[in-house]
Order: sequence, then structure tokens, then C-alpha cells
Amino acid sequence: MSDKQSAGSKIILKVLPYLSLLSVLAIWELVVDTGVVPNTLLATPIQVIELFFYKLTHADPDGSVLLIHALTSIGEALTGYVLALAIGIPLGLLMGWFVVAEGLARPIFEMIRPIPPVAWIPLAIFWFGIGLTGKAFIIWASGMVPCVINSFVGVRMTNPVYIRMARTYGASDWEIFRKICIPSALPMVFGGLQVALAASWTALVAAELIAADTGLGFLITMGRRLLMPDMIVLGMLMVGLTGVIIGVIIDRVEKRLVAGVRR
Amino acid sequence: MEDKSGVKKPKIECVNISKFFGEGQEKIHVLDTIDLAVKENEFIVVLGPGQSGKSTLLKIIAGLYKPSTGKAYLDGKELTHPGPDRGIVFQRYTLFPWKTVMGNVEMGPKLRGVPRKERRGLASRYIDLVGLKGFEKAYPHQLSGGMKQRVGIARAYVNNPKVMLLDEPFGQLDAQTRYFMEEETVRIWETEKRTVIFVTNNIEEAVYLGDRIAVLEGKMPGKLKKIYDVNLPRPRDYTDPAFLELRHTITEETELTL
Ligand SMILES: Nc1ncnc2c1ncn2[C@@H]1O[C@H](COP(=O)(O)OP(=O)(O)O)[C@@H](O)[C@H]1O
Ligand SMILES: [Mg+2]
Repeated sequence: MSDKQSAGSKIILKVLPYLSLLSVLAIWELVVDTGVVPNTLLATPIQVIELFFYKLTHADPDGSVLLIHALTSIGEALTGYVLALAIGIPLGLLMGWFVVAEGLARPIFEMIRPIPPVAWIPLAIFWFGIGLTGKAFIIWASGMVPCVINSFVGVRMTNPVYIRMARTYGASDWEIFRKICIPSALPMVFGGLQVALAASWTALVAAELIAADTGLGFLITMGRRLLMPDMIVLGMLMVGLTGVIIGVIIDRVEKRLVAGVRR
Repeated sequence: MEDKSGVKKPKIECVNISKFFGEGQEKIHVLDTIDLAVKENEFIVVLGPGQSGKSTLLKIIAGLYKPSTGKAYLDGKELTHPGPDRGIVFQRYTLFPWKTVMGNVEMGPKLRGVPRKERRGLASRYIDLVGLKGFEKAYPHQLSGGMKQRVGIARAYVNNPKVMLLDEPFGQLDAQTRYFMEEETVRIWETEKRTVIFVTNNIEEAVYLGDRIAVLEGKMPGKLKKIYDVNLPRPRDYTDPAFLELRHTITEETELTL
């Protein structure tokens, strides 16, 4: 491919996505406006945008303004997620290096692992109710698994040559674990964090759909109950958007942490 | 170390060392009854083709493998575990990729609990010695192969080991860099005299570096065939007739080619 062509394809790649997005929105607006799809089933993009601005300042008809819904979901997600990291990562790392830790934790972990996180929802509500605790528990359960697995594998994949090198320095098992295994496992642990976040966010929204009185999942459910298709779509878009924002923030924080630990 | 009769005791001594790997059908015989004594501050080269058990012998001395029979001694004490008294430079690059040059070199003293300021000073000194001043903050992936092995040498030296064990450290370098690194090795060794055991499969390298050359026979199990004294003045010249003659003799008398 010549340079000229690739310059051309760069411009195309800049313009076309907007064009594609705009045409989808236009077609969407049109099919509802012309009555091909009834407005009772599908809101138009303009209605969704109108509702978005309305919900910024108004708590009705579902009980809370948009920011409160979003903050509730974020708060629940982060609580469970941080717990999952705080317990899952050390557990996985220890299991990777210390035979005793693996022997003790492995059977329990293997028993829990095949249960899909959403299957925990009824039990969590049963135990903890529909507030923060129950949600945090569900998220913790869904985030734990990738944290443990990735940390475990990361330690296991430590190049044996590095371990040998440290041994020739007279390093103890614990020192090798801290100074060699953990830093060399970090990229793998790091990969697990994003997987865990995706799993956590999915589980949270599922939990809120089933039982909640605030939160973005609750907003979607309320849209259905109140027969407000614009609220359903708004809730869905907010779930996506908030998920992306949390992902970006966590990515930043992780990079800082990795740099800190490796030093 | 001298005993009462005034005879120097060997720094490193391998007595009757054999090594097997595996069990039953899979069992392989890698080293056969190796006896080797290395004097203090001597530069000994262990020369042998691939698969002759050179790395295995070095790892036994390092305390990373246990011999199947026989024993290895340092200053008369049996070697059973790895320790900072033996500095190793491995065949493959083994720098910690998440550490800078400084981080890699100071790791040994750090693990021994040397305070930060002191170990930084130590590390700087050896980084200078191997000619890497100014690269303290570089990461391994930013270094050439030769520079990586320089760091490898610095971080072995920094622990002030009694013995340096080098396992084909320049095997992956191009010829030009290799010659240069051999020169550097001699310079570093003459600045900081240590007992060195240097493993290679390259006859020319062996003749350039060694006070003595211990030849391991090619076919498994590796057996110590002969030890050559290299009575050539340093710095040595690869094209000096005496150099070429010894090189030729060793080539003739072993299955090694180069
Ligand atoms: N940890 C080990 N387990 C099993 N076999 C080994 C191990 N280390 C080395 N060997 C075998 O010992 C033989 C000699 O290996 P090595 O000492 O690396 O030779 P060299 O360094 O001379 O090439 C090889 O056949 C190798 O496969
Ligand atoms: Mg080898």
C-alpha cells in the first residue's frame, strides 16, 4: 500500500465512524417517528437525550436523580471489587509459591469456581438483603475468581532462572516470593484485574435488575415497570458508559501501582 | 589458605563427582567421576562440547544441583547450597527485566540487608568496573547482548564472591563483541582478582582466557579428559604462534572443532 493510500485510509477511519453512528441514530429516530416501530416499545434517541437531562435534576418517577443511581452502582461495584482484589490477589500469589497455601485453598477454590457469579445473587440477597452488603458480596464472588487464577498462574510462570539467580544470592523462600515472584507475576495479575472488573460490573447490573432500590440496573427495571422505553435505554447506555469510565480509571491506578511495586 | 607444610590448598575442589538425571529407563549419566582442584585466584576454563555436562558441573559447584556421588568443596567446606560466596553468570541472559541496571546489580546486597547508601555505592563501583557508567537507569531490554552480560558480571562481583562461575557467558554474542568481552573479562579479573571457573565450548576463547584448561570429553557421560597449562603471557594475542600452536594441539587431541 502506498503512503498516499494509507493517508487516505486514515481520513476515512476518522470520518466514517461518526457517519456510521449518525446514520444509525437517524434511522433509529426515523423508524420510530414514522411508526414502523411503535413508540411504546422503543424510545427515540431524542427522547432518551431529553430524559437524560431531565433525570440530571429530577428524582421522579423512579426515586433518585441519575447521579445517585450511578454513584450507588459505582460504590457497590468498587466495594466488592476492592475486596476481591484485596483477598483474591494475595491468595492467588501465595497459592502459586507456597505448597501449603495451594494445598489448603485449592479444593475450596475449585469447588466455587464453576458456579457462575450471577448464581450467587439469590443467596446474597437472602443473607444480606438488597443493600450495599449483598451487592458487594456478589461482586466480590465474581471478581475473586479471575484475581486468584491470574495471580496463581503469574507466580507459576516466573522464569526459574530468576529464582535460581536469587538463590545464588542466598535469598530465602519468602524473599524470592516478594522480590522475584511478585514483580514477575504483575503483568499477569494486571491482566486479571480488567477481567475481574468486567465480571464484577456484569454481576452488579444483574443483581440490581433483580433486587435494588437505587442503581443503574434498578433504573432499567423501573423503565420496564413504568412502561418507559426511554428510561430502559437511558439505563442501558449509562451502564455502558459508567463501565467504560471505571475501566479507564482503574487502568490508570493499576499502572501507578505496578510501577510502585516493581521499584 | 596454606596448611602446615606450606602447600596451597585448593580454593575449589571437586572430588569424584558423578551426576545422573532421571529414573529407570529415562536415567541419563551426565558427569562421570570428575576430580578437579582450582587454586586461589586461578582462572580455569572448563572446555567441552554441548551436552558434555559443563553447565551441570557448574551448577553443582554453585549448589543448585546435588551431585549423585562425590562432593564439591570451597575452602575445604562442602558445598550443598547456593550462596553469595559464589557469583554466577548464566549462559542465558537472566537479568530481572523489571529492574534497572542499578536495580539488578544492587539486588544481591539488598537481599543481604546492606543499607541503601552503602549498596548503591558498591553497585556503582562494579557498574563502573564493567564499563557501564551512565547506564544505571537503563532497563535490560534497552541493552545489547554484550551489555547485558556486563551487568551479569557486575551483579555477580558485587557480592564480593570468593569464586566467579561463568557459564558460556558470551555464547550468544557476535564474534566482534565476543573478542571484546573476552578482553574485558581479563581486564576485570586482573583488577579484582578472584578464583574463576569459566565454561565454554570455544577453544580459542579457552586459550585466550585460561591459566589452565580442563577438557570435558564430548560423549555422555562427561569425563575430565585432560588439563592443559596455558603458559602464555597476558594480554594474549590470538595470532601469536604459541597461541595458535596450543589451540591446534587441543583441537587435535579432542573431538572439539573450531
Ligand atoms: N535438570 C535436568 N534434568 C534432566 N536432565 C538434565 C538437567 N540438566 C541437564 N540435563 C541433561 O544433562 C545433559 C548435559 O547438560 P548440560 O550440563 O547443560 O551440558 P552443557 O552445558 O555442556 O551443554 C543434557 O543432556 C541435559 O539434557
Ligand atoms: Mg551449558
